[in-house]
Amino acid sequence: MQIFLPIAEVSVNAFVLLGLGGLVGILSGMFGVGGGFLITPLLFFVGIPPAVAVATSANQIVASSVSGVLAHFKRKTVDLRMGSVLLIGGLIGSAIGMQIFNMLKALGQVDLLVTLCYVVFLGIIGALMLVESLRALRRAKGRVGKARERTKHTWVHNLPFKMKFRASGLYISVIPPIVVGILVGMLGAIMGVGGGFIMVPAMIYILGMPTKVVIGTSLFQIIFVTSFNTMLHAYTNHTVDMMLAMILLVGGVVGAQIGTQIGLKLKAEQLRIMLALLVLIVCLKLGLDLLIRPSELYSIGVI
Amino acid sequence: MRFLIVILALWVAPLSLAAEQVVAALSQNRISITANFDGSEILVFGAIKRTEAVPENSALDVIVTVTGPRKLETILRKARRFGIWVNVETERLGHAPSFYSVAATRPVEDIVASKTDSLWKITADAQILSARRGLAAREALLRIRTDNGLYRRANAGVVLTENTLFNTSIALPANLVEGDYITRILLVRDGAVLDDYSTAINVQKVGIERWLYNLAHNNALLYGLLSLVLAALAGWGASEAFRILRR
Repeated sequence: MQIFLPIAEVSVNAFVLLGLGGLVGILSGMFGVGGGFLITPLLFFVGIPPAVAVATSANQIVASSVSGVLAHFKRKTVDLRMGSVLLIGGLIGSAIGMQIFNMLKALGQVDLLVTLCYVVFLGIIGALMLVESLRALRRAKGRVGKARERTKHTWVHNLPFKMKFRASGLYISVIPPIVVGILVGMLGAIMGVGGGFIMVPAMIYILGMPTKVVIGTSLFQIIFVTSFNTMLHAYTNHTVDMMLAMILLVGGVVGAQIGTQIGLKLKAEQLRIMLALLVLIVCLKLGLDLLIRPSELYSIGVI
Repeated sequence: MRFLIVILALWVAPLSLAAEQVVAALSQNRISITANFDGSEILVFGAIKRTEAVPENSALDVIVTVTGPRKLETILRKARRFGIWVNVETERLGHAPSFYSVAATRPVEDIVASKTDSLWKITADAQILSARRGLAAREALLRIRTDNGLYRRANAGVVLTENTLFNTSIALPANLVEGDYITRILLVRDGAVLDDYSTAINVQKVGIERWLYNLAHNNALLYGLLSLVLAALAGWGASEAFRILRR
């Protein structure tokens, strides 16, 4: 069944979009990631103009994050105070990112910027995750090696403007969370992602937050930052396609529930290795497109 | 003033005196882009009206062209920089049609001489920015649109019966740009255009497509808020629904 998307102005198969939403939903359910980093490139492959893909996936992430954060609120695993500090940084970063996005769009380089961001970040995260989970797997087999002790005092603890974050059990400066927020906000605006895949490791390793509040807090921040991004894209570029977002959503919601069930049956290390490989495959595909000589050197500019 | 009248007379005279004229109609003059729009097929049919007998031993041909709305185009060229392929050059090209289709009784090259082709702008090559022929970006535009099926030709697409009745069907793709699609019918005898007729097909989004598009462009703030509210509701609804299901 073909469906005409009013903003993207292309006709695509609705089942392909549902399947795409479903696939990303399954992955997000299995691995607990938002899936924005997968949905945006997949939308490029289906033929959605990049500007619309980035803006619409921001809208779709709002829905999946709302769905996820509610469960965390019930379990009281959201650090609202830390979330708000990250959010302030996120909004600043998002505004900066949007400026960069629009500037490069005017220069006809937005595809390059988006693809480069994807290749770099997916490459780094994928490689780190793979190494880390392979090491964890080896450790689990050998039953040797000591549990990692979190460093109590790093440079993070010597900065001014300290604040108490009770839910996280931290007393640290607000500067690192604001910087993390700005970085993630910028990436969100440029790549059309929530940025959880960067924020979560940053919260654990840089801020030293306990793992149990990390996911809920990052989802809380992501809801507001991606909402802000959606508004900016809708207001300045008119590129949010509500119909596309809704179809992806339906697929995503069902997929997430299936994914959660699959996730329960697999071991954590196996899951992480699979996710790492998946991230690396997407990275490789996008990277090759930049490196291999395209069959058509010319393209017609959109919008 | 007298000069003008003379010109007008010269211009009108051949039309009114033409021995053969086209009478044509389309199966539809309006195409509505609905949510499940999947392209459309337009039937063009008509007859040749004569005041004299059919001339013997001479070739009669009919050419039907459809031109989509024109727009300023930006053509980007990629080149290798620092090991990766990036857009290095942009070329702005004057108003090229978003869609162009030619159907005729025979290949256009066999029907008319290239001079007539450029005068009447019949083939895509003559129609699309012919003044900038030879420019790489213009050739690329022509090539890309042809490969994407937006510039098409049907060499034996028009059926002419008994030198009097003709018909053809023109397939319009699913990714249509809104606007007027000018349909032109040319009557050609022995390589000379005797008569032409043109009419417009109006392509427009309707229903929810129209509503969403207008809201997104005219009231962007409200549109953004609405998409957020819908997303939040969908997220909340999904988590509630599955909580109930699991119990």
